[in-house]
Amino acid sequence: MGIKVYGPAASTNVARVLVCLEEVGVEYELVPVDMPSGEHKRPEHLARNPFGQVPAFQDGDLMLSESRAIAKYILRKGGSQLLRECNLSESAMVDVWLEVEAAQFSSAMSPIIFQCFVIPVVMGGKPDMKVVEENLEKLKKALEVYEARLSKFKYLAGEFVSLADISHFPTAHYLLGSPHASAIDAYPHVKAWIADIMARPSVKKVRELMKMASA
Amino acid sequence: MAPVTVFGSAVFANAARVLVCLEEVGIEYEVVEVDYMAKEHKGPEHLSRNPFGQIPALQDGDVMLFESRAISKYVLRKYGKASNVDLLREDSAEEAALVDVWTEVEAHHYFPAIAPIVYECVVFPARLGMQPNQKVVDESLEKLGKVLEIYEARLSKSKYLAGDFFSFADLTHFPYTYYFMKTTHASLLDKFPHVKAWWEDLMSRPSTKKHGAGMFLEP
Repeated sequence: MGIKVYGPAASTNVARVLVCLEEVGVEYELVPVDMPSGEHKRPEHLARNPFGQVPAFQDGDLMLSESRAIAKYILRKGGSQLLRECNLSESAMVDVWLEVEAAQFSSAMSPIIFQCFVIPVVMGGKPDMKVVEENLEKLKKALEVYEARLSKFKYLAGEFVSLADISHFPTAHYLLGSPHASAIDAYPHVKAWIADIMARPSVKKVRELMKMASA
Repeated sequence: MAPVTVFGSAVFANAARVLVCLEEVGIEYEVVEVDYMAKEHKGPEHLSRNPFGQIPALQDGDVMLFESRAISKYVLRKYGKASNVDLLREDSAEEAALVDVWTEVEAHHYFPAIAPIVYECVVFPARLGMQPNQKVVDESLEKLGKVLEIYEARLSKSKYLAGDFFSFADLTHFPYTYYFMKTTHASLLDKFPHVKAWWEDLMSRPSTKKHGAGMFLEP
């Protein structure tokens, strides 16, 4: 039994897992989960992810949830250098900026993605601009810190690319595809860093999968 | 060699997360107070440790870290082996993955449900003299109840969250649960006997007993 990832590629959390599989170059099967019909809340999927979310991940007998936990498992097993676990201070910096990605970047981006993509496309509604504006303000405050960091170091954890950088790509993908992409123009180092991540072959491949899924 | 320094005392739940890890590995450390009410965490000195102006930060020689869960993993990874303490299980890809899963669950499911109750019922009354917003508390209690159902199911099958071994995945739940159990809503745990037993086990550890003693916020 090979590796299976359950969930749509268009989901930022699923995409985070897929890019790690592409980075280590292992074969995997992407199994669809029909979220508009509520498949993710039904018993078969709840057995894989008890919180009824995507992704779920299976490797033989091992069933995992939570994209950043899955990402680390894949990278460790694949012998990737993206975690730097051979070096205590480097791996610590990867962990720090991975926490920042979740707590500061993705936490502001998720409501923006929901308003700008899910509501119009999946629900046929209008975005709540108040929610979008509030979260853009939060995002900009975070980007000021990122800009200062990336003015000193090529990547977030140091001079080496890591999971901390790549973990940002799914939400950055949606930011770039939204009406608010110009928000990063004020942060030239952030803008260059995003472009660098987006140039990785693994990221390009998964972005294609994300676009196909949204079509 | 200077001992490890934690900026922020146990009264801050996220600092307490780090402090219990330091106790578990048994190394020397010192705690430097950060004056929250005077907004010291937003001043230039603390911002040079934590650019988001939050508590805690940790200094270990040349290494300066922030984000309590990242700091905790660093402490456990660096100092655990020498003390025969293995709370990350990184020698086994599968066990380490399960530790990571339930650590992420704490961050993304447990904490968002329990933290508003702690802020409304403990922090805001003590720091700001405010009364709890009952609507926020009620909504959070409902969310927390749903999360605890999942924990109950998990802990009915294994002794600890990541498996039959105690790990950081369990320990990381200590600070916010400790404050929650000081509120009038503590009885919520009575509905979930495996969760309650797991909590009592967590509180029987010297590390949590020691830092629990420093966690008080009275109005």
